[in-house]
Amino acid sequence: MRVYVCVKHVPDTAANIKVVGGSGFDESVKFIVNPYDEYAIGEASQLVKKEGGEVVIVTLGKASAMTTVRAALAIGGDRGILIKTDKQFVESDETALILKKAIEDDGGADMIFAGKQAADSEGMQTCYRLAANLGMPVATEVVGFSYAGGKVVVEREIGGGEREVIEMTAPCVVGATKGLNEVRYPKLPDIMKAKKKPVNEIDAGSLKVDAAGLVELVALEQVPERSNAKMLEGSVTEAVDTLVKLLRDEAKVLE
Amino acid sequence: MARIGVLIETNENSVKPANFGVLTAARGAGNEICAFVLEGDATAFQDDLKTYGVSKVIAVGSNDGDFSKKPDLQAASLVAAMKNFEITALLALSSSRGKDLLARMAAATNSGLGLDCIGVDLEAGTCVKTYFAGKTEATLKLSGDLFLCAIRPNAIEETEAPCDIAAEAFTADAADDGKLVIKEVKTSDSGKVDLSEANVIVTGGRPIGSKDNFSILEECANAMGGAVGASRVAVDSGFASHAMQVGQTGKIVSPKLYIGCGLSGSVQHFAGMKTSKVIVAINNDKDAPIFTKCDYGIVGDLFEVVPALTAALKK
Ligand SMILES: Cc1cc2nc3c(=O)[nH]c(=O)nc-3n(C[C@H](O)[C@H](O)[C@H](O)COP(=O)(O)OP(=O)(O)OC[C@H]3O[C@@H](n4cnc5c(N)ncnc54)[C@H](O)[C@@H]3O)c2cc1C
Ligand SMILES: Cc1cc2nc3c(=O)[nH]c(=O)nc-3n(C[C@H](O)[C@H](O)[C@H](O)COP(=O)(O)OP(=O)(O)OC[C@H]3O[C@@H](n4cnc5c(N)ncnc54)[C@H](O)[C@@H]3O)c2cc1C
Repeated sequence: MRVYVCVKHVPDTAANIKVVGGSGFDESVKFIVNPYDEYAIGEASQLVKKEGGEVVIVTLGKASAMTTVRAALAIGGDRGILIKTDKQFVESDETALILKKAIEDDGGADMIFAGKQAADSEGMQTCYRLAANLGMPVATEVVGFSYAGGKVVVEREIGGGEREVIEMTAPCVVGATKGLNEVRYPKLPDIMKAKKKPVNEIDAGSLKVDAAGLVELVALEQVPERSNAKMLEGSVTEAVDTLVKLLRDEAKVLE
Repeated sequence: MARIGVLIETNENSVKPANFGVLTAARGAGNEICAFVLEGDATAFQDDLKTYGVSKVIAVGSNDGDFSKKPDLQAASLVAAMKNFEITALLALSSSRGKDLLARMAAATNSGLGLDCIGVDLEAGTCVKTYFAGKTEATLKLSGDLFLCAIRPNAIEETEAPCDIAAEAFTADAADDGKLVIKEVKTSDSGKVDLSEANVIVTGGRPIGSKDNFSILEECANAMGGAVGASRVAVDSGFASHAMQVGQTGKIVSPKLYIGCGLSGSVQHFAGMKTSKVIVAINNDKDAPIFTKCDYGIVGDLFEVVPALTAALKK
């Protein structure tokens, strides 16, 4: 089977983000494979190990996203596709149309894995839009996956200690989250091997995708940290008594 | 004034309290609110909903049969309901189900979608959400067929606005393609308060040291009717289940009160709880970074401070 994994090139979650000009940010930070997409790569690799076939990493991003394609290939996957764009931001709707076109042009998918959300823009919707574009079923926040006889069964965490067990026909889109598998951190030989794996570079413009433009970023602002914490001194009993009093009377968050 | 739809999350025959903040957001400066429920009889929810300004509650069903196990059919039926009741903006709770349904609706139509939003301006057609793990806030203007926005639980404080309410049922003309079905819902930690909807959360980090030690946090949380969370280190060390993890790769929460016990204050943890109304830190290192981003701090051993706090709460 041919299995695609959508991987986004995102700033390291620990990086200090500086907003520039009200709608952009200082891009001179370290970029990484979107953390959730690592679980997607792991699951795709396991599936192909069992069923045979190949895993293809697909990334839409600036030319610099090649580092992320290589990093993804070091975790797993046989080859990559980098769809290059000059745009700093491509909205989810357009991203999904571009991913669809690139996957179809490459031969079409027997399965698609992605992350449940991008760690930078946290849109949480590309999986759904991609699935709808391809007429496939979709489930995200997936923590369990199995495939047998053209049917996929996933488990999805829904809060309150509950999990939905969902059955889908394949091909489908699966949005991975933490818990799906243990991320295998690549070793030096994996990194060396990844450098030799073929990566097809295509120009986003050449895919001639016509997106509606459903989102406009109006403003981007830094969130100030809280400062000036009130430190409660004294013995443990004194400190907790003061805390309870403050939570009730000053902060008014307790009855 | 516009007519705004709100998708209500129900629990058997009651409305989950986390919906009330969403209703408050939908009301804005006096919008007319239509609430949509996907299970049960609309009349069962009238009393809960009219307190928050809902003038009509509509129980949605489909002529393709029971859709409780078919999220795509639920989404298609909601899209049909929007059209029928001439509604172009729908808000929902940003829970797993709320996010999933709105995303299915957005993908099935041609609509802008904001999930996990912490604010919304219906007149301007904008929503506010965090970008880069809570480090920035973005204001997005959405366009397209429908304006779809899911609000982070507890992000908007509820206010009452009683009014008269009517109830009706709507059967959508929609069909399912049979490609996806929910087979069952498994419960592991039944009876526990859903973290993302809890008003108070007490969280344990690395120094908790074992699964059993979480009981001291549970006692403290119980004294406030709250829930217990865990840092990723505590989860990865096997002290807590993944469902309890707060943070970028766990649950996003926004309770009124968040008490972090033995947390260093990592960026990724804060990505999941930064918008809590009040943050309390208990840490034995006076230089721990968490003390630079909380509201109240106690320097001390959590194994002494937390039980003392539980006792003080019970006084
Ligand atoms: C600072 C900033 C400004 C922005 N400004 C704008 C703007 O002006 N206009 C606008 O329309 N949008 C803007 N965006 C939105 C943003 O660029 C898109 O929403 C985003 O690229 C699509 O990802 P998402 O967050 O929806 O992904 P999600 O839906 O959260 O991602 C889910 C999964 O989809 C896959 N995926 C997502 N993107 C890609 C990709 N590029 N390549 C491969 N796989 C992918 C990954 O597997 C990912 O885990 C801005 C974002 C930021 C951070
Ligand atoms: C991509 C990515 C995603 C991540 N996602 C998450 C996430 O979702 N959630 C998350 O939590 N983390 C996440 N992390 C991990 C995060 O970076 C931190 O490693 C983690 O949050 C630290 O957990 P901690 O605060 O429990 O432990 P530590 O950082 O080890 O802090 C323990 C603190 O406890 C204090 N302490 C020790 N003993 C006591 C005592 N007896 N009494 C009181 N205080 C004591 C110490 O002074 C210290 O400050 C993620 C990391 C990455 C890279």
